Amino acid sequence: MSLTDLSASQILADLNARRVSSVEVAQAFIDRIERHDKAIGAFLRYDASAALATAREIDERRAAGKPVGLLAGLPVAVKDLLCSKGDLATCGSKILENFRAPYDSTVVAGLKKADAVLLGRTNLDEFAMGGSTENSALGQTRNPWDTTRTPGGSSGGSAAAVAARLTPLAVGTDTGGSIRQPAGLCGITGMKPTYGRVSRYGLVAFASSLDQAGPMGTSAEDAALLLEAIAGHDPADSTSIKAPSVAYSKSVSQPLAGLTLGLAPEHFGPGLDADVDAAVREAIRVYESLGATVKQVSLPHSKYCVATYYIIAPSEASSNLARYDGVHFGHRTDERAMLAELNAERQKLTAAGDKAGLNRLDTPLVRMYRRSRSEGFGPEVKRRIMLGTYALSSGYYDAYYLKALKVRRLIRQDFDAVFQSVDLIAGPVTASPAFKLGEKVDDPLAMYLVDLYTVSANLAGIPGISIPCGFSAGGLPIGLQLQAPPLEEDRLLRAAHMFQQATDWHTRRPNLP
Amino acid sequence: MPLSREQVEKVSLLARLQLSEEELVLMTAQLDAIVGYIEQLGELDTEHVEPMAHPIELSDVFRPDQSRPSTERSEILATAPHADGQFYLVPAVLGD
Amino acid sequence: MSDPYQIVIGLEVHVQLLTESKLFCGCSTRYGAEPNTQTCPICTGMPGTLPVMNRRAFELGLRTALAIDCQIAPFTKWDRKQYYYPDLPKGYQISQFDLPFSHDGWMDIRDAKGRFEPKRVGIIRAHLEEDAGKSMHDEHAGEADSRIDLNRTGTPLLEIVSQPDMRSPLEARAYLDELKLLLEYLAVSDCNMQEGSLRVDANINLHLTTDSGENVATPIVEIKNMNSFRAVERALEYEAKRQWQVWQETGQRLGDVPKQTRGWDDAANLTRGQRHKEESSDYRYFPDPDLVPVRVSTEEIEQVRAALGELPAALRARLEKTYGVSLYDADVLVNQGRAVVAYYLEVAETCGDGKMASNWIQQDVLRTLKEQSITIDAYPVRPAQLAELLSKVRGGEVDTTRAREVLAQMLATGHTVTQTMSDLGIERVDESQLVELCKQLLAANPKVVAEVKAGKFQAAGALIGQAKKLNPNANPARVREICLELIAQS
Repeated sequence: MSLTDLSASQILADLNARRVSSVEVAQAFIDRIERHDKAIGAFLRYDASAALATAREIDERRAAGKPVGLLAGLPVAVKDLLCSKGDLATCGSKILENFRAPYDSTVVAGLKKADAVLLGRTNLDEFAMGGSTENSALGQTRNPWDTTRTPGGSSGGSAAAVAARLTPLAVGTDTGGSIRQPAGLCGITGMKPTYGRVSRYGLVAFASSLDQAGPMGTSAEDAALLLEAIAGHDPADSTSIKAPSVAYSKSVSQPLAGLTLGLAPEHFGPGLDADVDAAVREAIRVYESLGATVKQVSLPHSKYCVATYYIIAPSEASSNLARYDGVHFGHRTDERAMLAELNAERQKLTAAGDKAGLNRLDTPLVRMYRRSRSEGFGPEVKRRIMLGTYALSSGYYDAYYLKALKVRRLIRQDFDAVFQSVDLIAGPVTASPAFKLGEKVDDPLAMYLVDLYTVSANLAGIPGISIPCGFSAGGLPIGLQLQAPPLEEDRLLRAAHMFQQATDWHTRRPNLP
Repeated sequence: MPLSREQVEKVSLLARLQLSEEELVLMTAQLDAIVGYIEQLGELDTEHVEPMAHPIELSDVFRPDQSRPSTERSEILATAPHADGQFYLVPAVLGD
Repeated sequence: MSDPYQIVIGLEVHVQLLTESKLFCGCSTRYGAEPNTQTCPICTGMPGTLPVMNRRAFELGLRTALAIDCQIAPFTKWDRKQYYYPDLPKGYQISQFDLPFSHDGWMDIRDAKGRFEPKRVGIIRAHLEEDAGKSMHDEHAGEADSRIDLNRTGTPLLEIVSQPDMRSPLEARAYLDELKLLLEYLAVSDCNMQEGSLRVDANINLHLTTDSGENVATPIVEIKNMNSFRAVERALEYEAKRQWQVWQETGQRLGDVPKQTRGWDDAANLTRGQRHKEESSDYRYFPDPDLVPVRVSTEEIEQVRAALGELPAALRARLEKTYGVSLYDADVLVNQGRAVVAYYLEVAETCGDGKMASNWIQQDVLRTLKEQSITIDAYPVRPAQLAELLSKVRGGEVDTTRAREVLAQMLATGHTVTQTMSDLGIERVDESQLVELCKQLLAANPKVVAEVKAGKFQAAGALIGQAKKLNPNANPARVREICLELIAQS
C-alpha cells in the first residue's frame, strides 16, 4: 500500500515514529496532484515549493526534538473560501479572482499552528452557493468515481481531492450541506460541526447564521484529528461558542454502548433512490449488530426545511455580498467603457425627449456598482442575491424572512424533542448518488432539492457527519448521515468510527488512471 | 402572487445588479418559481413562535476597549482597484 | 399679533463616543490621522471579517441614556441598515432598528433670559451604531474622482432622537446647548462639531389652521449639513419662513409629498433641496447574524446610574437652593463645566457666602481663565486661598477693591493671602482711626456737609476718593457710613 493510501492518522503515526519524513509525505501527494488533478480539477492552485519548504522546516524541528503541532507534517487542502494571509482567496468567483487576503482566518492560523502542510486551495461553487461545484467561475471539478459526474458542492474540490487521495485531509465549509453532501457523493467522511464550534473569522461569509467550516478526510478518525486542530472559542468571532475544547482524536476510538438511533420517515419518502434506501437501511442493521437500538422518530417540519433555508440563506447572502462593489477590493468594471455606455444612454433618452427616463438614469457611481457586480458574479450568485434582496425588502420582510426565522425555531424544536429519546438521527445524506455534470444547471429548484437532508442541521445549528455506507448499482458512493444534538461532535465521531471498524466502505478508492 | 418584471427590475437596482434583457426574462421566471415554492411556509401557523435569528443562545459578547496598531496603509490599499496611495478613488459622488 | 403658524422641530444628534478603539475593531478613533492609516480588514469590510462589540462604547451609551432618563431595554439587538455608498465598505451599517437599547427619555430646557417657558423635551430613543467613512468631493474642474477615507468607519456613535417637541429655533438651540453640556459632564464625548464628533440633523414643519378652521401640518423637511449650533438656529429660522412661503404658494400638506432633505448653505444663508432617491430609503433592516444580543440587568443599570455623578440640572438647582445663586449665575457657573463648579463649591462652602463666591468666580476667575487660555485646574489660586480672601472681605479686613488688588498680586507672585496683604500694606483700620479720618474729611469739605444736610446723600461719595488717598486701607463703605452718621449727629 502506498503512502497516499494510508489514512492521515496512519501517516501521522509514521511521521511521529520517524518512519517517514514530512517532505516525503508532501512530495507523495504533490506527485499525485500532478498526475491526476488535470482529470479531476480539485485544486484551483497549489504551491509545491511552499509546501515542501514547510515540510522541511517541520522535519528539522522534529529531528531536533523540538515540539511540533498536532498535525505536524500532514498535508491539508483548504477550500478557497478561507483567508490565508498573502494567498489568493478567490471564493470561486471572478469578482475576487485577484483578491489577496491581508490576514489569516482563524482556521488557517490554527492549521499553521498545528504544523499542517498547506498543500493548496480547492475548488468550490462560487461563494459556496451550489450543490455541484458547477457554479465555480474558475474551473470544473469532476467526481473521481465517475468524471462525467459532479463531486457535489459547494466543497466539491475538497471532497474530490480527498476521494482521489490527492490530500489526506481537507477543510470544507457547510452552509446547507456543502461538506456532507459532497462527502457522500465522493465516498469520503465529512463533518459539519455545531454552529459556533469552529471560528468563522476569515471564512468568507455566505450565510452568517448557517456557515461552518469542518473537516473532510477518509475516516472519522481523521476527521476527529482535523476537527481538534481547528475547533475552539475565538474572541474575534462573536458567534463562537465558549465550550471547552475536546481532544476528539483521543476519544474517537472509544465505542458507544447502548446507542439509540432515530429514523425519521420524512427521510425515507418518495424520491429516495432505491439503492440509497437499501444501503442506508443495511448500515442501520450494522449498527444494530453493534448493539444499537433503532427507534422511529418524527421531524414533522422536514418538508419546510428547504423553503426555510432558501429564504434565510439568500437573504443573509444578499447582505454579505453587498461589499463586493468594486470600490475597496475585487473586480471593478472598466470605468471608461462604463461612462461611454452611460453617455450613449443619456443621448438616446435626450433625443427621445424622455425626461422620466433621464431622471431615472443611473449615476456613474451606481452604474459602476451594477456593472462591476454583474461582470463579477455568476448566475447562481445573482439569483440568490436577487431572491434575498426581495425577501428583505420593504413589504416582504414579515412574510418571508421573519416567517422563515419562526419556522426555523419550529425545525429546531423538532430536533430538541427527538433528541430527548434518541442519541443520534440516522438517514441518507442525499436522495440519489452523484448526478451528471450539466444535469441540473438549468433547473435551480431541482438543484436546491439536493440539499433536502442536509439543510436542517444548518438551520438548527446541530452537528452532522456523512460517512460512506455503500455503492449504487452503477458503482457510485452512497453516504450515511448521522446527526447529533448541539456540541455532541464527540458522539458523532465515535459512532462513525464504530461503523468504520465494522465495515470497509470508507477504505474503497476510485480507480484513477 | 406572480413576480412581475417591474418588481424584478426594482430589486435589481436595490441589489446593484444590471440584468440584460434575456437575464431579466429568465430571472423573472426563475425567481417566480422559487418564490412560489417558498411560499408554502404560509401554511404554517407561527403566530406564537419567536423568530430564531441565531442557532445558538449567546448574548453579551464584548471586547475590551483597547486600541492596537492599524494595518499599514499600503497593505490596505493594495486590494483597491483604484487608489492614489492615500485615498480610494471612485467616480464622483457629487450630488449623490 | 401671534405667528400665523406654529413651528414644530425635532432634532437628531449623532455623538461620537470617547473610546480608545472603534466599535467593532481595535483601530484607534483619534481625530486627524493621515487618510486610511486607521483601518484594518474589519473596518474596511474585507471578506471574512467579523465585528466584536466594544464594551466601553456600550457603557458610555448606557450612561448617557440614563442621564437623559431613558428606559433601558432589558434585551437589545443589532441590525444591518443596508445601502450602497463608497464610504460604507460593507454595504451596510451596523445599527439598531426596532429594539434600541434605550427609549422614552426627556431633557428639561429653559432660557435664563426668559425668552421661552421652561419645558420638557421628550427623547424618543438613543441607540448605538457605527460611523461611516468620509468622501471628499473635489470641486476642481476636471476632477472626475471622489476620494474616500475610511479612518472614521466603525467609530462608535450614539444617535439621540428627540420628540418633535421644540417650538422655535431658540428652543432647539437650548436643547442642543443643554445636551452638549450634559455629554461633557458625563465625559462621553468631546462634542466638537468642527471635528465632527457631534452632528445635528433637524426635522421641521409647520402646524397651522386654515381659514376654514382646519388644523393642518406641512410636509416635514430634514435639514443636514449644519456645522454649529448657531447654524442650526439660523437654518431653522430660514426654513420656517421658507415653508410658510411654500404653504401659501402650494398648500402642500404632510403626506402629499415624500419627506424632503435639504442641505444648509451657511455662506449663502439658505437651504437647498438634495437629490431624492426613493429606493435608497428601503434599508432592508434585519438582525445582524454576526452579532449576538445584549441583555442588561437591573443591577448593571443601577450601578451605572449610581456612578453618573451630579449632572447640570441637579447642580443648578443645588446652587440656587443651597447657595442662593441666581438662575442666571447658576447657568453661567454650570456651563463652565464640572471642574469650575467643583472649585466654586469649595470656595462657597469655605467662605460661607455663595453669592459672593459666585460673583468673584464669574468676574475675576473666569476672566483670567479666558485671558490666559487656561483651565480652572491650572488657575494658580486654589479654592481654599480664594475662600480665605473672601472671608477677609466679609469680615471687613479688606474692601472689595483692595481685595482685587490682592488677588491680582497673588496670581502674579504665588504668595499666600496673608503675605500678599502684608506686601501691599493692607491692614485693618480700626474704628477710632476711621472716625478721626472722617472728621478730618468733613472739616475739609464743608460744601459736601451742607449738601448732605440738605438731603443729597450721594454727595458723600466724593469723600471716598479723598479718604483712600489719606489711607488706602480705609474701607469705602465704612467711610461713607461714618461720614453720614457724623453729619447727622452734628
